[in-house]
Amino acid sequence: MTALVAMLRKDLLLQWRGRAQIVAIFAFGAATLLLFSFAIGPDSVALRQHAAGFLWLGLLLASTLSLADSFEGEMEEQALEGLLLLPASARAIYYGKAIANCAQLTLMGAALVSLIVVLYDAGTLRLLSLLGVIVLGATGLSAPGTLYAAMTAQSRARQTLLPLLLFPLVVPVLLAAVKATSLLILGDPMGQLGSWASLLGVFAVVHWALGGMFFERVVED
Amino acid sequence: MAVSAAGLGRRHGRRWVLAEVGFELPEGALAMLSGRNGSGKSTLLRVLATAIRADVGTAHVLGYDLRLDREEVRRNTALLGHRAHLYERLTALENLALAARLLDGDGRRAALLDRLEEVGLVDRADDAVQTFSTGMRQRLALARVLQQEARVVFLDEPYGHLDPQGFLLVDAVLRRLRARRCTVLMATHLLERARMLCDRGLILDEGRLVFAGATAEMPEGAVTGGAWFAEGA
Amino acid sequence: MPQPTQRPVPQAIVALGAALLCIGSYWGLAKAPAEVFMGDVQRIMYVHVPTAWNAMLALTYAFICAVSFLFTNSWKWDNRLEAALEVGVVLSLLLCTQGAIWAKPTWGVWWDWDPRLTTTAVLVFAFGGILALRTFVDDPMKRAVWSAVACIVAFADVPLVYFSVKWWNSLHQAQSTPETVSKAFHWPLRINAFGILFLWTGLLTLRARTAALRLRSEIAPPLPERPRALSEARIAGGGG
Repeated sequence: MTALVAMLRKDLLLQWRGRAQIVAIFAFGAATLLLFSFAIGPDSVALRQHAAGFLWLGLLLASTLSLADSFEGEMEEQALEGLLLLPASARAIYYGKAIANCAQLTLMGAALVSLIVVLYDAGTLRLLSLLGVIVLGATGLSAPGTLYAAMTAQSRARQTLLPLLLFPLVVPVLLAAVKATSLLILGDPMGQLGSWASLLGVFAVVHWALGGMFFERVVED
Repeated sequence: MAVSAAGLGRRHGRRWVLAEVGFELPEGALAMLSGRNGSGKSTLLRVLATAIRADVGTAHVLGYDLRLDREEVRRNTALLGHRAHLYERLTALENLALAARLLDGDGRRAALLDRLEEVGLVDRADDAVQTFSTGMRQRLALARVLQQEARVVFLDEPYGHLDPQGFLLVDAVLRRLRARRCTVLMATHLLERARMLCDRGLILDEGRLVFAGATAEMPEGAVTGGAWFAEGA
Repeated sequence: MPQPTQRPVPQAIVALGAALLCIGSYWGLAKAPAEVFMGDVQRIMYVHVPTAWNAMLALTYAFICAVSFLFTNSWKWDNRLEAALEVGVVLSLLLCTQGAIWAKPTWGVWWDWDPRLTTTAVLVFAFGGILALRTFVDDPMKRAVWSAVACIVAFADVPLVYFSVKWWNSLHQAQSTPETVSKAFHWPLRINAFGILFLWTGLLTLRARTAALRLRSEIAPPLPERPRALSEARIAGGGG
């Protein structure tokens, strides 16, 4: 447990030190949101209807950058190997990093929400539920994302590989998170929010378990 | 025996970087590992430290099998490798604090500053490793190795990148390790210097062990860097 | 060392599979009566359903190979995994194509977001991505471990993808491809199913052999035996 806490502190500290990069990644996400509106056209009704989709697409695209960045620091001077040799539990390393990545994605998601409120007039009064959906979605993205970022950080063409591997895998997260966010923005007459949230939860549980199981094999020689 | 290896081999693509390496080191031995560039010294140290796996062969460190008891081997060994094993965005102190926390060691600021003092980095304690030169990173990596208080220490060219003061530092560290009855295996190109400090020597040539014995018995060529391998090895 | 000639068993299986496929297809396409409501368009089911079964079978086999490799670390499972991934991706692509061919005359659009076909499309990308991963990793061991892990994770994801797409699509008008053909037409279906099965298992065996050969060229051959005296050295000196 202390190992996990130590890893989490380390990863959060690394993120804090690299906050300039995180701001740049957020700017990238924001830029994509802008581009989506240009792609659709100045039709406020259509934009509001698809706002949830834009939000999560923007976050997904930004996540490939932030997930990859989370392993830059580990590979520069082989710090990850250094930890494993202490010895440190690979599982603690994985969960610490995944939690930190989840926190970062949640923050970015929440920041992007403010943008969709402005650009697409897509706000909601159910802010806590919205935050809950963002947390669940970020949790779903960060588990497989951390696992694959660890892989691709050690290989060539990492910028192409990470999205290529991650995107098909997180289709359920995209579908469920978009649907849930949409219900919050546009109204949920039939009370379906719960089922979409459950799907996100199941996805998260499955992939956090798988990630913890396989991380060691992926980073050890 | 602190370290015993038999038939160790490691491939890299179509080449055997290590082949049929077998030797023994008693506890408390201070051994030097020499050989030309590309002879497999770093690979051997990394295999023994369990950073990478051997493709064939077996080895034991303090009785623990490299493959089966990897955690135990890691608990009792430390590796000073070519890469510094540091986080560039963290400060020197933070890097040591992280290691201390994971080792259940003394993580108090004062204790860590003492360690930095030992390697001559105390006035850069709160600077990010990003700002360090290669020699400074090596000193910090050395401090991190000492922190582990391992019984078996593997050093890969500890003198590399260091200034003359750094050389003296490494000499002092080696003497301290010997006093603590640690077993040390050190890869180095500074043959004269190492021969004065070490009591055992290993020589690798193209992945194979061509000499293992007391430094007093090492072929002259090994010391002067001449064509010792022509001596029928 | 000369390679002992292997008996052409896989080739025979492929030939058998092709033959069965021809028979089943002829039966289904030409001889079987047209379906009542949909007419001749329905005939694609004689190929579509067997392809679906086999695609899922191939990907399941890939999953088994992945798990076996992680447990045994034996190269033969990695070779089979590579072959199974390729076969699975190709069959899945075929499945999507067949689905599109069926959808156009039926619904007027090439793609109707049917949950099963949409899941298959996602699988094409997921497993195709693993094949791409393999080309970017040079170290054979890493390549094998990573693709095995990725395969297991992707396979575990399949039910999640299927359910999410199903719920997602159910909110709109339900348009789905029919489950199967009616009972009277089972025989051509079964013949085609076995035809495709033999076809891909034979091809998989051949492809696994190619992978094994490629691996042999990447990894150094085992060291030759050397006399004992040179291969080990003990520390000299008293006391040890």
